[in-house]
Amino acid sequence: MSRMLHAAAALLALAFVPAAHAQKEREVAIGLQAAITSIDPHYHNLSPNNSLLLHIFEPLVKRDANQKMVPALATSWRAIDDLTWEFKLRKNVKFHDGTPFTADDVVATYKRVPTVPNSPSSFATFTKPIVETRVVDPYTIVFKTAAPHVLLPSDLGSVYILPKAVAEKAATEDFNSGKAAIGTGPYKFVEYVPNQRVVMKANYGYWGGEEPWDKVTFKILTNSAARVAALLSGDVQMIETVPTSDIAKLSSDKNFALSDKVSNRVIYVHLNQWNDKTVPFVTAKDGKPLEKNPFKDVRVRKALSMAINRDAIAERIMEKKAVPAAQLLPDFFYGTSKKLKPPKYDPEGAKKLLAEAGYPNGFAMTIHGPNNRYINDDKIAQAIAQFYSRAGIEAKVETMPSNVYFTRATKGEFGYMVLGWGTESGEQGSSLRSLLATHDPAKGMGVTNRGRYSNPEFDKQVTEALVTMDDKKREAMIQRAAETAMNDVGLIPIHYEVSTWGTAKGFRYEARTDQYTLATGLKPVK
Amino acid sequence: MLAFAIRRLGQSLFVLVVMSFLVFLGVYAIGNPIELLVNPQADAVERARATAALGLDRPMLEQYGVFLSKAAHGDLGRSFVFNVPAIQLILQKLPATLELAFAAMVIAIAIGIPLGLAAGLRPNSYIGRTIMAGSILGFSLPSFWVGLVLIMVFSVQLGWLPPNGRGETVLLLGVPVSFLTWDGLRHLAMPALNLALFKLSLLVRLTRASTREAVLQDYVKFARAKGLSPRRVIGVHVLKNIMIPIVTVIGLELGSVIAFAIITESIFAWPGSGKLLIDSINQLDRPVIVAYLLVIVTIFIAINFVVDVLYSVLDPRVRLGAAAAH
Repeated sequence: MSRMLHAAAALLALAFVPAAHAQKEREVAIGLQAAITSIDPHYHNLSPNNSLLLHIFEPLVKRDANQKMVPALATSWRAIDDLTWEFKLRKNVKFHDGTPFTADDVVATYKRVPTVPNSPSSFATFTKPIVETRVVDPYTIVFKTAAPHVLLPSDLGSVYILPKAVAEKAATEDFNSGKAAIGTGPYKFVEYVPNQRVVMKANYGYWGGEEPWDKVTFKILTNSAARVAALLSGDVQMIETVPTSDIAKLSSDKNFALSDKVSNRVIYVHLNQWNDKTVPFVTAKDGKPLEKNPFKDVRVRKALSMAINRDAIAERIMEKKAVPAAQLLPDFFYGTSKKLKPPKYDPEGAKKLLAEAGYPNGFAMTIHGPNNRYINDDKIAQAIAQFYSRAGIEAKVETMPSNVYFTRATKGEFGYMVLGWGTESGEQGSSLRSLLATHDPAKGMGVTNRGRYSNPEFDKQVTEALVTMDDKKREAMIQRAAETAMNDVGLIPIHYEVSTWGTAKGFRYEARTDQYTLATGLKPVK
Repeated sequence: MLAFAIRRLGQSLFVLVVMSFLVFLGVYAIGNPIELLVNPQADAVERARATAALGLDRPMLEQYGVFLSKAAHGDLGRSFVFNVPAIQLILQKLPATLELAFAAMVIAIAIGIPLGLAAGLRPNSYIGRTIMAGSILGFSLPSFWVGLVLIMVFSVQLGWLPPNGRGETVLLLGVPVSFLTWDGLRHLAMPALNLALFKLSLLVRLTRASTREAVLQDYVKFARAKGLSPRRVIGVHVLKNIMIPIVTVIGLELGSVIAFAIITESIFAWPGSGKLLIDSINQLDRPVIVAYLLVIVTIFIAINFVVDVLYSVLDPRVRLGAAAAH
């Protein structure tokens, strides 16, 4: 009997171990939407990873809230000639382990990037253009490229610098355990629990000044209702990607604030132009095959673009958290054209164009799209189908999970595909090349051109633009290329997603176009 | 008993091999993981490199062959997404899921059987009817909705319980458990209750039906006639005889709670293995999917074995050797 009493007492004692949850003033918890797959900054090129790891590590060049390039570990950079770039490095920067940062660390880091084993999405794409590296002095480094590569500073902005000793030896596991998680960033690594949380503490010796938080906990809350509940109950002080259905509720509550910004992600449609004669899932209304592929006719493409009421989609389906799109990026980004405006909703005009193209009675097709990848993706597909019925096109909708959808879309199995694209580099040229140039993956052209749109004039414009070193001249050339492709309706832009962050009272977040959620952008307010 | 165990083991191995092949085939049919893993701006060289790095450039059957030969040496492959051994990823998450599942089953048993017994002994009383009406609610309310209501009431409105995550853990025999700390219990309460609700209703109905049948049996009448106290009649004669179907159902349900606690886990952001499975399916992380299902099938087999042994304990007429011969 007395033994049982002892056991019970021990249990009770354990039960009243005080919770370690007491909220201190300079601690903050943030709810993230997606899992962090690794702490190794060179293992998996994935936005959520790149965003989170930016607290611990830094690249030579950073991007501000509007994705403009700003100095980070490099203080300045310039092209000496078409094939040579010089970077001046920041002095008096120390890694978390106390070693000073110099050009040797940059060299060792770029050497490591292509050698990370089993990487499912490598950062080597960014360092590959460099064929020769020369260290002039500890704070000056020169890169040579084989061909003119204007995007080098932007590309290197994605590659985070490690200390030489770590870069030479560390394996991916060493980062996850924290042993190798040593950078120059404003926060130091404390703990990583996959699919659960990442904890960091302030780096008081940070070159960029002190941060308002001593400790930051990122919690992975993939379920959007759970994420909102965590904010409402005070378990976290900020969440990313507030679901559209909760926006009205949060914005009317004085205890919370929303901050939002149009993002670099465009939702668009690719039309299958793989074949001149046939196209999958597109038939005459009686089910018979059409004589030729209607999507090859620019009048049909124009009609399909005009027949979509973008304002209605942004207003009603997206609860105003979308901006109608005219190109691949909102028009304050580099290389975007102010001349391009979202096509006006005009079902009658669309009907006329279809008749001119030889389809006075329209045709029938199936709209394919994902149902768990973009904000409200399945509802967008359904709305488009309804608009099309007013323009005389009979459209069915089929949506599916992204793991099935993207494989089939890449194989050209769909006719009308709803897709999305985020431009991490913050300039339109590389996105135009990936999505709209004639498909030739060996040359890096049209690598994600799932519609196989092809326009030699555009190809020429975009290729020339991307080897022009002068920033002003290049921008004008990219703008012209964008106008060529968009006036030819190489793809149908629908809208830019607006990213929304929710914060508790007393906090304010500086919203970003790259959808990154950074503790460095979260500030206390009175 | 030994022959029975050996025969079971042989059958189980066969089941595991067949299952792993079906999962392999299934994931292969869904889509290509490279589509989801590789950065969309990557060129042909990078795609080819990633495909080769993950071994996806080889024919499906060859990939399966490689998997089998490695599995025979205890290596179930590395996660495509996390680049750590799949089995390590699962074993990190499994204690949390097991804890949640057992907590839910304990709640279901501790509340469900007494309530069912009460309803079965007095089916027409006010209490009996209330219990049955309650069990219908437990059956028909979708668990994601109940979960959200729980969070809304106990976390957002009242602020009593944390809305998500697992609390502080302590090591018990080398396994991290959270039910021994106050913080851990507070985190565990809502998800466990949410997960238990359906099982609880099931047990109430099952116990009630079995009880009503048992009280009409001759041996119960005889025990009463002998002048035994009602407590002894119910506790020994009724309860022991209705336990066989209940133990069967508990065994089956425990397996399904462990394997498919996914909804509860994702609503409460409980860091368990069900959530890992769903995330892995969404990412087509095949090594993790295959390893996960292998582990779950093994658990099912073990639970069934225990249930069979329990039968022989509960009912002296059941002999394990004889059961296996059928």
